[in-house]
Amino acid sequence: MREQFGATVTELLEHDPRTALVLADIGTAQFPDAARDHPDRVVNVGIREQLLIGVAGGLALTGMRPIAHTFASFLVERPFEQVKLDLVHQGVGAVLVSAAGSYDWPAGGRTHMSPGDVALLDTLPGWHVHVPGHPAEADLLLRHAVAAADTLQYVRLSAHQNAERQPVVPGRFLTVRQGTRLAGVVLAVGPMLDAVLEATETLDVTVLYAATVRPFDTVGLRAALGDRADVVLVEPYLAGTSERAAHRALEGLPHRVLGLGVPVAEHRHYGSISEHLAAYGLDAAGLHAAIASYLW
Amino acid sequence: MTNHSAAHAATAPTRAPAGPGPRRAVTDRAGLLDLVALMTGDEKHSPAAHSTLDALWVLYDRVLDVHPGNVDAPERDRFLLSKGHGPMAYYAVLAAKGFFPVELLHGFGAYDSPLGHHPDRLLVPGAEIGSGSLGHGLPLAVGTALGLRAQGLTGPAVWVLIGDAEFDEGSNHEAVAFAGAYGLDRLHTLVIDNSSATHGWSGGIAARFAGEGWSTATVDGRDHEQLYRAFTAPHPGRPHVVVARTEPKYS
Repeated sequence: MREQFGATVTELLEHDPRTALVLADIGTAQFPDAARDHPDRVVNVGIREQLLIGVAGGLALTGMRPIAHTFASFLVERPFEQVKLDLVHQGVGAVLVSAAGSYDWPAGGRTHMSPGDVALLDTLPGWHVHVPGHPAEADLLLRHAVAAADTLQYVRLSAHQNAERQPVVPGRFLTVRQGTRLAGVVLAVGPMLDAVLEATETLDVTVLYAATVRPFDTVGLRAALGDRADVVLVEPYLAGTSERAAHRALEGLPHRVLGLGVPVAEHRHYGSISEHLAAYGLDAAGLHAAIASYLW
Repeated sequence: MTNHSAAHAATAPTRAPAGPGPRRAVTDRAGLLDLVALMTGDEKHSPAAHSTLDALWVLYDRVLDVHPGNVDAPERDRFLLSKGHGPMAYYAVLAAKGFFPVELLHGFGAYDSPLGHHPDRLLVPGAEIGSGSLGHGLPLAVGTALGLRAQGLTGPAVWVLIGDAEFDEGSNHEAVAFAGAYGLDRLHTLVIDNSSATHGWSGGIAARFAGEGWSTATVDGRDHEQLYRAFTAPHPGRPHVVVARTEPKYS
């Protein structure tokens, strides 16, 4: 997805003079042509993440459409007050594009893991959050995010991805598998879809797919419900991040919500993505056990 | 519609140019102090407010090309008040220059007033940024200078005001080093130095900027001619800092 980010944003910089890319050393190698062709709109501030967000805010104050990129740990967590004040409080928009996410580089350890990024953005108003599960979805969602002028958009790119692209529409949940009227609903976010489909092959459930999680598609979720409003959320970041959004979506209905995802506790192991997913219970076997026992 | 767009729409009328200006034109420091006296309720921040008074006045009266008639024009100069605490002098200057009616000063800090103890750009006509938390204005000013340059707007000057204690914030050091290395020559920082930083800055603040390639001037922050000359000093190819020294906050 990071390669797709380079190709898509290079093209956007070429065609839209309002776009500007701000980097903090990470990702610079993906923009050799753009940096040469648009030196005033491709700015590398060095390893300065507070400045990365402050500069994005300043660019937006002049009417530009800034795209700021680095690892999620350094894009959202480290300069969080800049995100709150230099963007949201100033009333300006920006596109933040992260890489590495929750468990992309397990051998790198905790310093490069940011499972709390989406939960943090939930403490601020106005953010649109996209979690593509395939490079083609990342292309579509990046273009959508940049084109949505003056809005606050977060695109969470990951090395973990699904085998096939889904026909996503920004902001809409997609029904990937339809259960019976007695089925519960499992909402798979971004790269969790393949494991969710495998985990639920033998279960009577409806599987929804979300590549955009904020705003939360209330209409899509409610439309997928049968006679029971039992919902399982499977997210590639902190477990339970979207529980509140789901409860709000199901307000007025007797319902149950189970949030599965990355645990809040530090997991002091290195290794690979698949080993971490298994340890978190986010591989097909772990998901099957959790979903089957919850939806009986 | 996103949250911030709604906020823009809701406050758009207050950002319209002019409104009735001051009833009597303010032409000097005494007139400004009369306006500051209209604001009560933030006495804790009074020294902070007064330390900026002369430098702000000289900037708005003689240097900046920004006024109620061009407040939304892309070509205007930008002044970003980063040191958002003690904004009474700032509000007084904006009122004196007709950005909003003097009558608003009476409501300082009140629920329905647009004038808080820290300014909010979506509420205060003429305010380029909302501030209060230290260390945000200079990075925003760097982005503003970059954004103007990227649009071919090489005329407007970008000014940001910080305090000497605010200079402690690490985010400022990220911005100072980058702007110097990048040669952002339309960027100007005004540091009000009233010796309020806990550990001080040995050798003076200007030395830190000079070390990163900035043009520097250190002047008496009460002397209007010194301020004017420092504000208008040429600095080709380099950003410029003016350190305006005033009486110590804790003397």
